[in-house]
Amino acid sequence: MTKPKSVQLFHTCIINEVYPEVGMSVVSILERLGITVEVPLSQTCCGQPAFNAGFHADARKVARHTLDLLSANPAPVVIPSGSCGDMITHQYHMLFADEPEYLAKSHALSERCYEFSVFLVDVLGITDIGARFGTGAADAFKAAYHPSCHLLRGLGAKTQPKALLAGVQGLQCADVHDQEECCGFGGMFSVKNAAISSGMLANKLRNLEASGAKSVVSCDMGCLMHMAGGIRRKGMKLEVKHLAQVLEEGLGEKAEL
Amino acid sequence: MSHFLDRVETALKDEELKGALDRATERLGSRRSASLASLENSDMIRDMARRAKMGLLKDLAGNLETFEKNLIKNGVKVHWAEDGKAANGLLVDIAKKAGCKRAVKSKSMATEETHLNHDLLEADIDVLETDLGEYIVQLAGTTPSHIILPIIHMTKERIGEVMHNKIKVPYTSDPEKLAKIARVKLREAFLSADLGITGANFGVIDSGTIVLVSNEGNARLVTTLPRVHVVVMGIEKLVPNLADLDLMIKILGRSATGQKITTYTSLITGPRRAGEADGCEEMHVILLDNGRSRILGGPIAEILGCIRCGACLNACPVYKNIGGHAYGDTYPGPVGAIVTPGLRGIKGWKELPDASSLCGACREVCPVRLDIPRMLLELRKHAVEEAKIPFSLRMGLWGFGEVASRPWLYKTGARLGGIFARLLAPDGWIKKLPGLAGGWTRSRDMKAPAPKSFQQLWRERAAARPAGKPPAAPTPAREPAHVR
Repeated sequence: MTKPKSVQLFHTCIINEVYPEVGMSVVSILERLGITVEVPLSQTCCGQPAFNAGFHADARKVARHTLDLLSANPAPVVIPSGSCGDMITHQYHMLFADEPEYLAKSHALSERCYEFSVFLVDVLGITDIGARFGTGAADAFKAAYHPSCHLLRGLGAKTQPKALLAGVQGLQCADVHDQEECCGFGGMFSVKNAAISSGMLANKLRNLEASGAKSVVSCDMGCLMHMAGGIRRKGMKLEVKHLAQVLEEGLGEKAEL
Repeated sequence: MSHFLDRVETALKDEELKGALDRATERLGSRRSASLASLENSDMIRDMARRAKMGLLKDLAGNLETFEKNLIKNGVKVHWAEDGKAANGLLVDIAKKAGCKRAVKSKSMATEETHLNHDLLEADIDVLETDLGEYIVQLAGTTPSHIILPIIHMTKERIGEVMHNKIKVPYTSDPEKLAKIARVKLREAFLSADLGITGANFGVIDSGTIVLVSNEGNARLVTTLPRVHVVVMGIEKLVPNLADLDLMIKILGRSATGQKITTYTSLITGPRRAGEADGCEEMHVILLDNGRSRILGGPIAEILGCIRCGACLNACPVYKNIGGHAYGDTYPGPVGAIVTPGLRGIKGWKELPDASSLCGACREVCPVRLDIPRMLLELRKHAVEEAKIPFSLRMGLWGFGEVASRPWLYKTGARLGGIFARLLAPDGWIKKLPGLAGGWTRSRDMKAPAPKSFQQLWRERAAARPAGKPPAAPTPAREPAHVR
């Protein structure tokens, strides 16, 4: 496709409410790449909490709103979350299976929805935005990449975030045992099945700690919020960062915001 | 029976279980990957196997009738069982008519599902499991906790104790010695049995063949030594022909244990014929429905394509944490979370499809590419429609739908919620949440919402910036080395 000049940002509810700075990093990276960012201010949530809990009628109310809003603007949609991205590009099809009008809308929209790293690598063709850490050592910053399940297996984006991290000078990706295993978040799963979720989180944090990484980097603030909560409870030193934050920090001075 | 969440708590406290599960699932998972990597065109073979399985489901009734005809042609007596009780009753009748008193069984999930051993013993028919793992399960008086590794939850020390206590042999934890003891016991049983009972890994429609895969050779003894052989087979276990069977065999062993092929693959096409050296005198096939036809018409029909390799269990982070018994019925893990509510009804089993983070690891390893997360979502939806859901959750998600479809209400709610949350968390982190959300703070702090939302920061930036000013020019810290 031709490279778009502008995009709409679907900022996700976790970023809007809990991690606004991640949204600003996403904007900063996109603008540095010459993309005009539009933020549809009436956006709320993709509806995934209700959908995953089996409450399809309630999820549809929210999804119709989101579809109407994002369909009104022809610009591609960038979503800094694999999970919300998977919801909009795939699960909406299941949600609207019996509602032809919105099913068609969801298919049309899914053609121009991109998770952040996928947009950079697959649409803009960029794997190196010029970010660096330190002054030359290849391992100035050791980070562990956590492939979020819905990005990895839902959207099938296995390589894009890794390619962007590989493009950062001075950043070394740590080897993590069972790297592709779920952190145990799963939205409502983390409270409904708190015991299992906690067991999964404990495994994940143990493996991250053993990797020797300073930060865990992911493309989904849901997973990172979950891990951050466990890290804080355990008093661990690990930081959590969205890929966009790593890229922005690696570019040195913060972009003018 | 205890509640799912209680069984989970018990399982999670069991360090021995966790260790056993970690070791076994890790080994199986890596063997699976290696052996599939060595199979040329494995992706295509998986696609073809899926197509073969899904194609059969389109006319399962017709396919079963053809299969029945071909079985009869081969001299097999065919019986139909609507449920487990009926299947067990048929089996007891067959045994009584043939005068059988001592049964040996090879590993079969279908007869676990029907609790056959219990009904046989009630009818005074002695029954012995001959798969080593199932034999130990039977001695221990428990149930298998994995589809292909029944005693994945037991350490060798625990197995040594069971054998010492139940068959009065000197205690040892040496696996080789334990296997030898079992071998002697089982050999006696094979030679004296008059009834052999098996399941079926596949039923080949066009040749009327029952296919059994095994590693211990016990299935072959069970099907050749006793006079009578009875197969209990789920009605979904068909393959069209031997060419399709080849596809299944290629992926089954690899997905299950990482073997290119299991040690034994037995194709049984009827009882012994004149001039043949071995085989049973009388062969029966009981075709078991037990809820399968109810699954067939609905949104989780895809699960009937499952070939019971167990790969999804080994890949599942939930299974790895809680093991098989917590699932509460015959089939554990991701496949169990679908099959159990499917066969038994959602009421009473709605916790199973909820017990998944929807990570999709199961779908990734499934040899026939079953979309397990999709089916879990279907069952959750079904549970909301059919089962009892806590009122607070129902209201909560109704409220979510009403609020999140109205931006102004949503924003006001989020801001008010944020103010309230920050009151609870002066340092930005909540240590204890009330109600259902309390599950989160069991092992995690919760980050409180930020004082300013992203949209507020965004609007402030827009207000501070003169109209029409373009975004900041790109000033990378170094020259990009690679821009495609």
